Amino acid sequence: MQQQIDADQVRKVAKLGRLELTDAEVEAFTEQLGAILAYVEKMNELDTTDVEPLAHCLPISNVFRDDVVGPSLGTDNALANAPQRDGSFFKVPKILDDSSGA
Amino acid sequence: MSDLSYKVIVGLEIHVQLATRTKMFCGCALSFGEEANSRVCPVCLGMPGSLPVMNKQAVEYAMLAALALHCEVASFTKWDRKSYYYPDLPKNYQISQYDLPLGSGGYIEIPLEGGRTKRIRLIRAHLEEDAGKNLHTAGSFSQVDLNRAGTPLLEIVTEPDMNSAAEVRALAVELQRIVRYLGVSEADMQKGHMRFEPNINLLIERAGLQFRTPIVEVKNLNSFRALERSVAYETQRQLDVFLETGITMQMGNKSTRGWNDADETTVLQREKEEAHDYRYFPDPDLVPVTTTPEWLDEIRSRLCELPVARQMRYVGEYGLSDYDAGVLTAERATAEFFEQTVVAGADPKRVCNLLTQAGLKLANERGCDMSALGIAPAAVANLAQMADAGTVSATAASTILQAMTETGKAPELLAEEMNLVQTSDAGELERIVDQVLAENVQAVEDVVSGGKKSKKARGFLLGQVIQKTKGQANPKVVSEILDRKLS
Repeated sequence: MQQQIDADQVRKVAKLGRLELTDAEVEAFTEQLGAILAYVEKMNELDTTDVEPLAHCLPISNVFRDDVVGPSLGTDNALANAPQRDGSFFKVPKILDDSSGA
Repeated sequence: MSDLSYKVIVGLEIHVQLATRTKMFCGCALSFGEEANSRVCPVCLGMPGSLPVMNKQAVEYAMLAALALHCEVASFTKWDRKSYYYPDLPKNYQISQYDLPLGSGGYIEIPLEGGRTKRIRLIRAHLEEDAGKNLHTAGSFSQVDLNRAGTPLLEIVTEPDMNSAAEVRALAVELQRIVRYLGVSEADMQKGHMRFEPNINLLIERAGLQFRTPIVEVKNLNSFRALERSVAYETQRQLDVFLETGITMQMGNKSTRGWNDADETTVLQREKEEAHDYRYFPDPDLVPVTTTPEWLDEIRSRLCELPVARQMRYVGEYGLSDYDAGVLTAERATAEFFEQTVVAGADPKRVCNLLTQAGLKLANERGCDMSALGIAPAAVANLAQMADAGTVSATAASTILQAMTETGKAPELLAEEMNLVQTSDAGELERIVDQVLAENVQAVEDVVSGGKKSKKARGFLLGQVIQKTKGQANPKVVSEILDRKLS
């Protein structure tokens, strides 16, 4: 069977997900993720020529709410679980390379 | 080096905040200037177990904008997660649209000098949620305010069709006019309702060869001025760098720069290598959106004539100057008021003068639009007719317009009350002219003799007549009588 994922890819994915893995974990996950990918790979055996891509598993669309204001939590509730606060703000380590905004 | 020529090539990404009451996926009120983190809930804080639900108004605003921008509106569109870690993004992903945007293609016509327009093509227009705000003013740490997190944004991406800082600015201004016309965004620059990210490079020709400089993306500009200046600055900077190093565009040498408002320069921003690995995938928490033809028709019925088309029509149909037509079409309320007044039977140029010289100033002072000044277009049409007929002077008409907004009274009544009715009664004016001529024999002689003093003396006599009528004589009629008597 073809190798589905290597240790470097696991390290990269872990870094993107902000996960710190030991070498032993990298080895274990490489094997486990490889097995999962191999299992999913089985689906490539199916002929999907005339099958529409699936965007969502529920056969419904257009679930909306009206543009009506509901209750918010308020600052104190919002900050209740924060490790640190500064007045009304969440307090976080200094951000150096700011590229905030959507 | 004398045979060197170049042109700048710019494409724009624009984020427009939609004018909904609530956020994109939860019922928190949109806010500006509220206490930090007061307008948040489990959904926009990204709490485990919370589920987003689409705001129908936001989707409809986006559809309306897409139609107005001549986009093709997708019959099927969905939501994707764009994953990255940043303190202002509580879920660690932004809900956006990746491969099936709500709007594709389309264009914006921008006005150029001399009544011409240029078509700037669009690549796409999609909906997404905004992030929160980071503040760095507080020393050794940063502050995060999530009130803005989840605010609905329309992201519009243009083709690289702009070739000057002025064109880039014109596009931004035109888009602001369009979204305001449609009522889909307040587009208030001070409140960050429009943010721009230009992609800029140069096409240089030297000694018969073409060179392209590396593309630079300038992040998060939030004023027309900064946008225009950043493009102008980058044009010069890229030219200088090219002349010094000869470096041209290659795979992977695009860079991101920030705008320094204080010294009006761009500054290189370091980005981590894998920063753009966003791992998009469909959001399982949100079902897709299907737009039926009936729904689209209903949205299409809310469209209106867009500002640039209107501006051109005012020039062509009413003979207004480019400038005046631009002023009148800047806000939809002004344009509609103007047209209603013209339809009520007033001369377009007269109405244009009344509105641009008095009406808009009043609206501006009171921080409202024309429709909220408390005057009816029909009443303004009456006033315009009075000015045309010479019943009141142009200056008096402006004074009366202001009084109309203050009292709600009819212009005819106000003209009487304020003693602003001009006398055009030739018989009565003739008597006064005769009286003035009799009292000023020397001046009459000066005029009739036609010497150096003639013009001045005639002006003096005219002034005397106006004075005797306490400013109520129609100068045009008086002038005619004077001409007749003194020839």
